[in-house]
Amino acid sequence: MAKITFENLAHSYLADPTSPEDYALKELNHDWVDGEAYALLGSSGCGKSTLLNIISGLLSPSQGRILFNDVDVTEAPTAERNIAQVFQFPVVYDTMTVRDNLAFLLRNRGADPTYVAQRVNQVAKMIGIEEELNRKARGLTADVKQKISLGRGMVREDVNALLFDEPLTVIDPHLKWELRTQLKALHHEFGHTMIYVTHDQTEALTFADKVVVMYDGRVVQMGTPEELFERPQHTFVGYFIGSPGMNVLGATVNDSSAMVAGHEIALGRSYGAPTGKVELGIRPEFVRISTEGPGLPARIRRVEDVGRHKIVRLEVGAEKLDAIVGEGVSVPADGAVVSFDPAAINIYSNDWRVAPKGEVAA
Amino acid sequence: MNKTVNQKAWFLILPVLILVGFSAVIPLMTVVNYSIQDTFGNNVFFPAGLDWFRDTLQSDRMWSSLRRQLTFSAIILAIEIPLGIFIALNMPKGGFWASFCLVMMSLPLLIPWNVVGTIWQIFGRVDIGLLGHTLARMGIDYNYTQDALDAWFTLVLMDVWHWTSLVALLAYAGLRSIPDAYYQAAKIDQASRWKVFRYIELPKMQGVLMIAILLRFMDSFMIYTEPFVVTGGGPGSATNFLSIDLVNVALGQMDLGPAAAYSIMYYLVILLISYVFYTVMINLDKRDGMK
Repeated sequence: MAKITFENLAHSYLADPTSPEDYALKELNHDWVDGEAYALLGSSGCGKSTLLNIISGLLSPSQGRILFNDVDVTEAPTAERNIAQVFQFPVVYDTMTVRDNLAFLLRNRGADPTYVAQRVNQVAKMIGIEEELNRKARGLTADVKQKISLGRGMVREDVNALLFDEPLTVIDPHLKWELRTQLKALHHEFGHTMIYVTHDQTEALTFADKVVVMYDGRVVQMGTPEELFERPQHTFVGYFIGSPGMNVLGATVNDSSAMVAGHEIALGRSYGAPTGKVELGIRPEFVRISTEGPGLPARIRRVEDVGRHKIVRLEVGAEKLDAIVGEGVSVPADGAVVSFDPAAINIYSNDWRVAPKGEVAA
Repeated sequence: MNKTVNQKAWFLILPVLILVGFSAVIPLMTVVNYSIQDTFGNNVFFPAGLDWFRDTLQSDRMWSSLRRQLTFSAIILAIEIPLGIFIALNMPKGGFWASFCLVMMSLPLLIPWNVVGTIWQIFGRVDIGLLGHTLARMGIDYNYTQDALDAWFTLVLMDVWHWTSLVALLAYAGLRSIPDAYYQAAKIDQASRWKVFRYIELPKMQGVLMIAILLRFMDSFMIYTEPFVVTGGGPGSATNFLSIDLVNVALGQMDLGPAAAYSIMYYLVILLISYVFYTVMINLDKRDGMK
């Protein structure tokens, strides 16, 4: 188990990168705490797999260093890093039995046979595949194969980190939930540092202590699920997390009030006078709809009933706005007025969040 | 869906039946016909029962040809399969050189059999052939027309030159289909190069290798043109393979009855072996399919 440190880390797949656009992974400085579960979340091509491959040593970064427990491993080959990786598609050694699969690494290291036998049984118990130990790995179901890949990593007691590269892609939905729960339980019990790459926000939010949201090769925010929900640091985080995502409306902000579509909205906090492209972000959960009273006049386009609540699609001026209302709330047929919970409003300048005066930096 | 029963539909496949009849069944039946009849000329035939089959099975000449044939197939399989895998493992993974290698390796496969035979017939000649003359100048006593061992050496070398590419190309295709994740996992598991081959590459190549073995076995078991052009079965009968022996019986001696019995048994042996291979391959697929 290890603390993972990134120092000025960046990677480009081009031989001679010049502009920031050439970098698949833009400069990164972070400390990842030992024993925490991290989820790397982002859409395809955002650089999350690049980062994972740099951690596992399959890729050598163009610049910067990566340290495990303050030891520089930037140039260390994968074999020496003591990491375990579970891939998108199950990777098992088909012709071997499950037992031999688990023992493979220890035998490659020339470990003592009695230790190997004992350790394999121990790991099989941890991941719950004792029943299958003597079966050939070929012909097992995808979820058991993924458990074997995980187990192959966990047999080493000096494992630095467990890496997961979208491991649930090929698993049936009902087993997904079970496997994820099991992963969390393993994490609680054994405290491995876990890094989990996914583009599924539910997976990331339920699995991780810290979610690292990546966008266009950059880590845009790293925080707990609550932080991502309440204080998205970037408009991308706002609409990538949440279903539907955060509403982002063009606005002009002057100190503690904002003008949206010609109407004034009180912000409750002071933002000074942000410049550039200024936007107001509000999650659909905090949008209230009424027939009259103060607020923004809006036009209802569509109502989607998803069972637990209703999603109301509205239009404010030329911009689209989503709201979530309870099942029991009746939605006016036309001429609705929307208002926002001031505490849930975030202000963005050029897509990055502007901290209100007096807020303690997270 | 309800299907109406209409036996007239059989007429729709009649053209195919007629074509297959003319192309396969009728010629084959002629052979069957010859194998159970005898004649003293004048196109008058009388039944001979299974005499020709009995004669052929008791013929030492046939058995020694079969032994030679099996030895030849075993030798070329033992060389071409490992060599083909070795070449495939060392080929470039992509880019210009991969295409270049693929094209260069396909060249021998495109040369007609009798041309291959002629090339090696000349190549191995002591007086004008590059190989034969060079060996002779180096003081090595090499003459494929007089020495049985040299003749075998030439034929095996020729077959390896002609067909190893096929095995290599198949193995290469099998290797390219292995996802990178397997190699990455092996790195993480600190597997040696040998173990990567033994536990990842070989199992993943199993299917294509079965096809390669089947094709090479059948082809080498039926080989005719190349040894006929190079050695003509000689020296003596040292390279008299089954097909050469069969042609000698049929066309050399005009013994149509024994030759027909001979070819039917030859055909059945190949059919049997192909069936065994086919069954094994299907079972492999089934085992893979049960995921």
